[in-house]
Amino acid sequence: MSAIAALFVIPGLFFFAVGTLGILRFPDFYTRLQAAGKCDSFASVLVLLGIAIYNLGDFTLASLLVSIKIMLIAVFVFIASPTATHAITESALIVGVEPWMRKERKKQ
Amino acid sequence: MSRMATTFLAMLAFWIVLSGMFDGFHLSLGILSCLLVAWFSHDLLLSVGPIRSRIRDFFGILRYLPYLFKEIVLANLQVAYIVLHPRMLDLIDPSLVRFRTSLKRPISKVTFGQSITLTPATITVSIDDDEFTVYALTRSSAESLPGEMERRVAAALEDRR
Repeated sequence: MSAIAALFVIPGLFFFAVGTLGILRFPDFYTRLQAAGKCDSFASVLVLLGIAIYNLGDFTLASLLVSIKIMLIAVFVFIASPTATHAITESALIVGVEPWMRKERKKQ
Repeated sequence: MSRMATTFLAMLAFWIVLSGMFDGFHLSLGILSCLLVAWFSHDLLLSVGPIRSRIRDFFGILRYLPYLFKEIVLANLQVAYIVLHPRMLDLIDPSLVRFRTSLKRPISKVTFGQSITLTPATITVSIDDDEFTVYALTRSSAESLPGEMERRVAAALEDRR
C-alpha cells in the first residue's frame, strides 16, 4: 500500500516544487499565477490521492470513510482552485496590472 | 417532489460519509437536518428538467472526465518543462485570446471554462454570452483553443438534436 501511495505522493511533491520554482522564475503576475494556481492544484490532488490510498492500508469501515473524505477534499480543490484563479486573473486585468509580453509583441 | 427526494438522498449520503456514526441518535439527527435542508434548498442542487436528461448529463460528465485528467497530466508536464527550462523566457509568449464558442448551455460553458483553467498554460478570464477571454502562457497553447476540448464538452453536455 505505501509503495502505491508513494507512486502518487512523490510526483505530487515534484509538481509542488515545480509550482514554487515557477512562482520564483516567471516574469509577471499572470504567469506566476499559472504556476501557483495550477501546478499546485494538480499536485495537491496527487498527494491527497496518495494519502487516501495509504490510509486504506488497514481496511476498516472507518478508514474507508476517512479516505472518501480525503477524496472529497480533492474534488473541492478541483472546483475551487480554477474558480479562484479565474477570479484573481479577471480582477487583476480589470484593475490594470500590466501583463509581461514578448518585446516583438509589444511593438504591435 | 423528485428533486426534493434526490437532494435528500444526496445530503444523507454526504452526512453518513462525514459523520461515520451509525447509532440511532446520530442517524436520526442526520435524517432530520437533511430533510430540513432538502425542504428549503431543493431548487439549488439540481436543475429543472426531466430526470432522463439529468442522468444523461451525469454520464456525459463521466465520459468527459478521463479525457480531462489526461489533458491535465500532459499540460502539467508541459508547464514543468517550461519552468525547469534554463531559457524559460524564450519559451513563453503570454497573450490574451478571444474566441466565440458554439456551446449553448450554461453548464457546458462553465465546464469548458473550468477545464481551460485546470489545464495549465491557459486561464479563462471571462465568459460573456458566448465570447471567451483566455489568458495563454505559450503560443502553442493559445493556438490550440478552442479545439478538441470544446468538441468533447459539446459531446458530453450539449443537447444532441
